[in-house]
Formats: sequence, structure tokens, C-alpha cells
Amino acid sequence: MRRFILISVPYAWLLALFLIPFAIVIKISLSDTVIAIPPYAPTLDLAGGWAGIVEFFQGVDFETFEFLTSDDLYWKAYLSSLKIAVIATAITLAVGYPIAYGMTRVAPEWRPTLLMLVILPFWTSFLIRVYAWMGILGQDGLINQALLWLGVIDQPLTILNTPTAVYIGIVYTYLPFMILPIYSALEKLDDSLLEAAEDLGCSRFTTFWLVTWPLSRNGIIAGSFLVFIPTLGEFVIPSLLGGSKTLMIGKVLWEEFFSNRDWPVASAVAVILLLILIIPIILFQRNEQKQREAEG
Amino acid sequence: MRRLSWFNATSLSLGFAFLYLPMIILIIYSFNASKLVTVWAGFSTKWYGELFRNEAFLDAAWVTIRVAVMSSTLATILGTMAAYVLVRAGQFYGRTLFSGMIYAPLVMPEVITGLSLLLLFIGIGLDRGVVTIVLAHTTFSMCYVSVVVSSRLVTFDRSLEEAAQDLGCTPMESFRLVTLPIIAPAVLSGWLLAFTLSLDDLVIASFASGPSSTTLPIKIYSAVRLGVSPEINALSTIMIGIVTVGVVTASIMTKRAAVKQMRDEQAAERAGE
Amino acid sequence: MAQVAAQKPVFAPWDDPKQAPLIQFKNVIKRFGDFVAIDDMTIDIYEREFFALLGPSGCGKTTMMRMLAGFERPTEGQILLGGQDIDAIPPNKRSVNMMFQSYALFPHLSVWENIAFGLKRQKLPKEQIDERVNEMLRLTRLSKFAKRKPHQISGGQRQRVALARSLARAPKLLLLDEPLGALDKKLRQETQFELMDIQEKTGTTFVIVTHDQEEAMTVASRVAVMDEGVMVQVDTPAKIYEAPNSVYVADFIGDVNIIEGRANQTSDQINIAWAEGQPSIVGTSTETTFAPDEKIYFAIRPEKVSISAEKPEDTPNAFQGTILDIAYLGNISTYYVRMPSGQTIKAQTANTRRLSRRNFTWEDKVWVSFTTTAGVCLKE
Repeated sequence: MRRFILISVPYAWLLALFLIPFAIVIKISLSDTVIAIPPYAPTLDLAGGWAGIVEFFQGVDFETFEFLTSDDLYWKAYLSSLKIAVIATAITLAVGYPIAYGMTRVAPEWRPTLLMLVILPFWTSFLIRVYAWMGILGQDGLINQALLWLGVIDQPLTILNTPTAVYIGIVYTYLPFMILPIYSALEKLDDSLLEAAEDLGCSRFTTFWLVTWPLSRNGIIAGSFLVFIPTLGEFVIPSLLGGSKTLMIGKVLWEEFFSNRDWPVASAVAVILLLILIIPIILFQRNEQKQREAEG
Repeated sequence: MRRLSWFNATSLSLGFAFLYLPMIILIIYSFNASKLVTVWAGFSTKWYGELFRNEAFLDAAWVTIRVAVMSSTLATILGTMAAYVLVRAGQFYGRTLFSGMIYAPLVMPEVITGLSLLLLFIGIGLDRGVVTIVLAHTTFSMCYVSVVVSSRLVTFDRSLEEAAQDLGCTPMESFRLVTLPIIAPAVLSGWLLAFTLSLDDLVIASFASGPSSTTLPIKIYSAVRLGVSPEINALSTIMIGIVTVGVVTASIMTKRAAVKQMRDEQAAERAGE
Repeated sequence: MAQVAAQKPVFAPWDDPKQAPLIQFKNVIKRFGDFVAIDDMTIDIYEREFFALLGPSGCGKTTMMRMLAGFERPTEGQILLGGQDIDAIPPNKRSVNMMFQSYALFPHLSVWENIAFGLKRQKLPKEQIDERVNEMLRLTRLSKFAKRKPHQISGGQRQRVALARSLARAPKLLLLDEPLGALDKKLRQETQFELMDIQEKTGTTFVIVTHDQEEAMTVASRVAVMDEGVMVQVDTPAKIYEAPNSVYVADFIGDVNIIEGRANQTSDQINIAWAEGQPSIVGTSTETTFAPDEKIYFAIRPEKVSISAEKPEDTPNAFQGTILDIAYLGNISTYYVRMPSGQTIKAQTANTRRLSRRNFTWEDKVWVSFTTTAGVCLKE
């Protein structure tokens, strides 16, 4: 009996507040836009009984989805988001790996301190950290001021409101998510493996490439998923740093919903985004499962 | 003996500089007397004063704190239960769905979660306000809590619970008297994590809030969309300051406790039989 | 006037038909999926026994113990404690307590609070709890450490806390799961005698699980040698050692020579043809009858095998061989003697003389011999 309560309470919560909302999103994506409150039709009138349900199913259509395919904006946004997510993940990996690696090379008494220094930004407000870059990348931001003052350029560079700013923002905010799993994987690495490799003739670079890199793969995979998946649907960074030139699907969804009041389209955008993400999410969960089993 | 090559030293210094300079710059600018944030005009703390006189910000801050406390407490309870289910409940009907639902929100883009929750609230006719934000935050926070607590539970020595039962505890008592005190640090970190996530959330709060329940992140966002603002700099500095004090204190305390534990154990073994 | 030495009454309730057992296993079977951990076990354990479950990993001894504690339930069969079926009774309601292999001391409680833990669950009045805890602390010599936490005391002290805690509620039955495994050899020997002392003093029935046969032989009143879910032999340590009922038991306990051969039984002895060109081994047997030419195993302990340069005349069991190897262990030497037919027989003697002055060395031709009653004839 106790076990039943233990399982059913969180289960019921998640069903009600996680799964069912998704079902609703799907349902609304199949509805039509109307000027009404709520701004979609048909609404599922359960009071109408079986007839009501039948009427509902007659009213739904894939019109919204067809609309998405007709307007260039949407598939361009998906593609752009994919491109940005992939590139940003790669850059974050390139920046994060050396940092994580460096952390494992310092003397053991320093490591908790470095770990704390990595975690601190993670606990600081995401919004504020993105905002910080606005003051640095703007026309009269710090970078432009510095470069002008040094005489390297005579006209301020436009960095803010371009994809470049978005890349910088993503790498900056998601860096701890990449560093921590990689650090954790590298930390578990047994020193004697590296010594054995050197003993058998490897140079320091070959040791890294043949031993360290493959063994840190789990950390790399976990970190990459932790960056890629949320970045795909990221809203705040493209909104504050990307301007109108940067097309990302998260922003599109937001605008469809809040600016255009077009709920069915917003829902349809969400459904397709979810479909794109299902495979990475399942892969991520499988990887976590494997990790857990390997350790446990 | 690990050697710190110049490559590693450089990547570490550049890396941490990259992580911290923007925040340091923000802090410096918050003391800029000029309204044009990026043009330095002398040291001043007037923006902090402006901030504390701004009613709208203070109200939003109050809403945000209330929501954070309620949602993180609720999330900790639910998340701990979920962690228990994941680690201890073994096989049961619908287990795959359950673990899928627990892990998915960790990586799900917030726009999707936010949209879906709003549609739910409208569908059941729930007015948007503090309650809906709390419900929304609890839902995604509990997943983070369950990850933290379940990783502690996995390494928990079950023979301690068996010993408790052997000595006369019912399963509930053994949880209350033995398990909970021992996993308390993990539960506490779960709570803190949920608190921070709630405090900081913009996207989901935007979907789930109503006209009278604006949260601080929402206020900040609407202010900065138009550009940098000195009051926001002041606010940011305060928030960074609080987090820094918290994280550093926690770090020092954990380190001290670990050192003391080790010293005690060594002394005990040396004193021996 | 001749004084008759006072004799300690022999403790053997299992031989007394008037004694009722404390614990009874009746045809107990325990399965984990397809794996049979306990296979149709029936055994009686009596009060005040120090009963040892001995066997290799996976033999089922820990499963038996956990079934007594209540953490596993039998798939089939019954377990009775004091005549009562305990299947439905959860672990917290049984008058059974367990000392865990890892000690399982509550790290967030002091030594005092650990010991008092079980007593508090009984809702005893405070003075009674205090008195009992102090008694336990005295019994295990831990009074000085009462306020310390588990990580502030040494491994041996933690073991004593675990013991004190498990005895605090004065259970009818105490289960000890490999209690001495984590201690070093010297400490282990001291603690073994302490355990026996405490068991006698408190009059509690102890059931100990161990894979260390020396430990089992030292502490136990009876030893159950287990293999793959079955109790192969249950007897006093002396009988297990001197009269094993199978090659498995003979081999498991101590060192032994197992010689395979063909039996030829007469009214008072058994002749074993074991090697071409060698006379038969002459042995005695009590209850077992061997068919003519039946396969037979002759088990004899190395310390019962004498080694000499000349052929001994006092026993028919004398065979010549060459010394293959000598293992010098300080107090004893084991001689590995190779027989012409290929077998190696181990003979063990105490080193009464110093190394350089002994009679035998490698490659020497020697005679190994033993009496007709020194070994045991086994069917399998």
C-alpha cells in the first residue's frame, strides 16, 4: 500500500502536468485559428458526449501543418536552429574540453576550488549572464570601445544582433554544462593507464589521443547532449543577442504565441520541434541509463 | 606527478577569465555614474538607490521569492519520492514511461514546456497567477531534485536500513530516523537547486504567469529588451553577490567538514585497539 | 585419596531427545528466479548453541541467515522460531537481531545512540535504557567511547559497537554475518574468544556465517558445512575434522590426502587397492558398507602420516616414496612425498629439531606410514 502511494503521487503529478499538456499541444496543433477566446477551434466539449468527441475529430485537420510547410519562415527557422545548435555545441566542446582537462592536471588540493569556480556561474541567473554580453558586444559596448581606443578599427563593429553574438552567448551560458560531465569522466581516469601507455611507447600527444580521449567519450556525449538539446529550442539568447537577423525556432514559437496570438501554429511549431528532438532525447536517456548501469 | 603544461595553464586561465570577466564588467558598470551604461563617468551607487525605490521591481522580487520557496519545497518532496521510486521500486507497470517523464524535462526546451503548461491551465480553466507559476516550476524542478537525490540513494548503504528494521523500526521509521538524516545533504542541495531554477526562470514563468503575478526575471527581460539599463546592472550585481556568498560559504563548509572527518578517522585508527 | 577431576558437563542438546529446538527449518526451499539458493533444507538448532554456517561464496549460508532475520522469505517450507512459524512476522517484530558484515553503524549517531537505538524502539523507560546501554558498553569495553561517532573510532572498536548494539535487546537468537572478516589475524583470534565468552555469559543462541574454517572450528559448538544450498554435514568441530562424511567436507576443512581406490571389505577392515605394485591400504569403517571393487576414497590428514627413513613394522600401511618438496612453516614442515605410481602424499611433522639437523631432504627415499584407524573411508 505504501509502495503504491510512493509511486502514484509523483506519477500522477507528472502525468497531469507533463504528459497531458503535451497531448493538449498536439490537439491544438490540429485545430484552426479563430478570433476568439481561446483563439482556436474546435474545442473539445466533453459535455457533448460521444457526439462531441466525434464532432471534434471531424473538426481537426492538418491545415496548420500544411501552413507550416507553405511558409518559408518555418523550415528555414528549423534549419537555422539546427545549424546554430550543432555549431554552438562544437564550439562549446572545443572551449570546454581543454578547461576540463586542465582542471584534472592541477594539484589535487586546487581542484575543489576550480570546481566551485565552474559551478558558481551555473548558479548565477542565466538571464543576467546573457544580459552581461549586451553591454560588451553593443555598438558602444566594451569591445568596440577597446578596439576603437586601441586604434585597431575606426568604425564600431556590429556584433550584437548577429548570429556571432548568439554563438558567444550560447557558449558562455552553456559552458558549465559541458565542463562538468567531461571533468567528471576525466577525473575517474586512472593515472596508471596513462603511465602504461607512455611505458609502451606513446608520446604525450598519442597517449591523449589513444587513451584519454576515447575514455572521456561518455563525458563528451553527455555534455554535448546537455548543450545541443536545449539550444535547439533556445529563446532568451537569440532574443536578446541575436536581433531579427538570427532565426531560431524558439523565438518563432514565442512570437507566434505572444505576438501573433496564433496558438495552433505555435503548437504545431512545438510539435515538430519535439519530433526533431525525440531522437536526441532518447539517445541521451539511453546514454544516461548505460552510465548508471555501468557504475551501479 | 601531474605536470601542468603551458597549454593547460593557458586554457585554464583563458577559460576562467572568459567565464568571469562579463560578470565582473557588469559589477563595475553598476557603479557607473553615467546613465549611458558603457561610458564611464565616475563612481556612484545611485542606481542601487533607484532600484530600491522602484516599486514594480520590489513587488516582482517578492512574488519571485514566494514562488521559489513554495515550488522548491513541493519539488523537493515530489522529487525525493520520485528518486525513491527510481532507485528502489524495482519493476512496476509503466516504469519506462515514468523514468522518461522524469528525465525528459531536464533537456526539454523551455518554450515547449511553458506552452504546454499554459494550454493545460487554459483548458481546465485555471486562472493564471502565483498558483500556476508554482505548479509549473514544481513540475520541472522536481526532475532536477530527483536526479540529485537518486544519485545519492544509489550509493546509500542499504544494510543501514536493514539494521534499523532489525532493531525494531517499521520501514517508515527507518526512513525517518536513518535514511533521511543521512541523505539530508543531497535533499538540501536538491532544494537549493530547485530554488535557484525557480528564481531564475524566465520562459516558463512568462507562459504561466498572469497580469498580477509578474516575476523578477519577466521584469528584467522586458527592461533589457530595449537595451542595457543601469538599474538592471545594480540588480544583477546584488544577485551575483548573493549567489557568490552562498556558493563560497557552502564550499568552505563542505571542505572543512570533509577535512575534519578525515582527521577524525585517522586519529581513531592510530589510537587503535 | 584419588581426586576425580571435575568434569564440565558436555553440551550436546542435539543428542538429547527431551530438548526442544529453538529454530527449525522444515523442508525449506528458496529460489531466486531459476536459481535454487536453498534446496530442501531441514535442520534443528538448539538454544545456547554457537552454530556455524560454513561454506564457499554462493553456498546459501547468507540466504539462510537473511531468512532467519526476516529479510528473505522461503519460497517453500517453514521456519519455526520457538515453535512458532515466523514467515509472516516482519524483521522489526522478531526477537532476532543481526550483526552485519559491514557493521552498518548509523554514521549520524554516537556509539551510545547506536546501542540505544533498538531499546528506544521498544519504548522502554529512560532509566532502563540507560542501564542497559551502560551494561553493553561494559561488556564490550567501550565505555570510554560512548560519545564518539563511528568515524571517530577504529575498525575493531566499530565491530564491538555492532556487537553491543545487536545484543542490547537481549534477543533469543543473534545472527553474525562474517563478523570478523575485516579484522587482521591477531585481532581476529582475540575477538573469537571474546565472542565465545560473551555467548556463554549471555546464554544467547548464536548463528554465525563464515567462510573461514578456522574460525568456525574455534568458536562453534556445531558446524554445518554447506555447498550449493545443501548442508553436507552438521556435526561438532571434532567430528567434522576427524570423521568427515564426504570428500567435499574432508577437503574443505584443513589439509587432507585423498587417495582413490577400489574397495575390498572384510568383516573387520577394508582393503583398498590404490596403486599398482603397492600393497593395499588397510582402513577401518563403521557404518558404511562397500560392495566388492566399489570406488572408495581414503581421506587421511597429513599430521597423521608419519615419515621415516626405515620401514616401520608396526602398521601394514607403509609405503616408500621420494621427497618431492618440503614446505617449511616455522612450527611444522609438510613433506610432499611422491609415490612410484605417481600420487603425492603429504606428511606433516612438528619441527622438534632445527632446520639444519633434520633427517630428510629433497630427493630422499622415505617411508610414509599411518595406522589403520587414522584415516576415513568415504564413498564420495
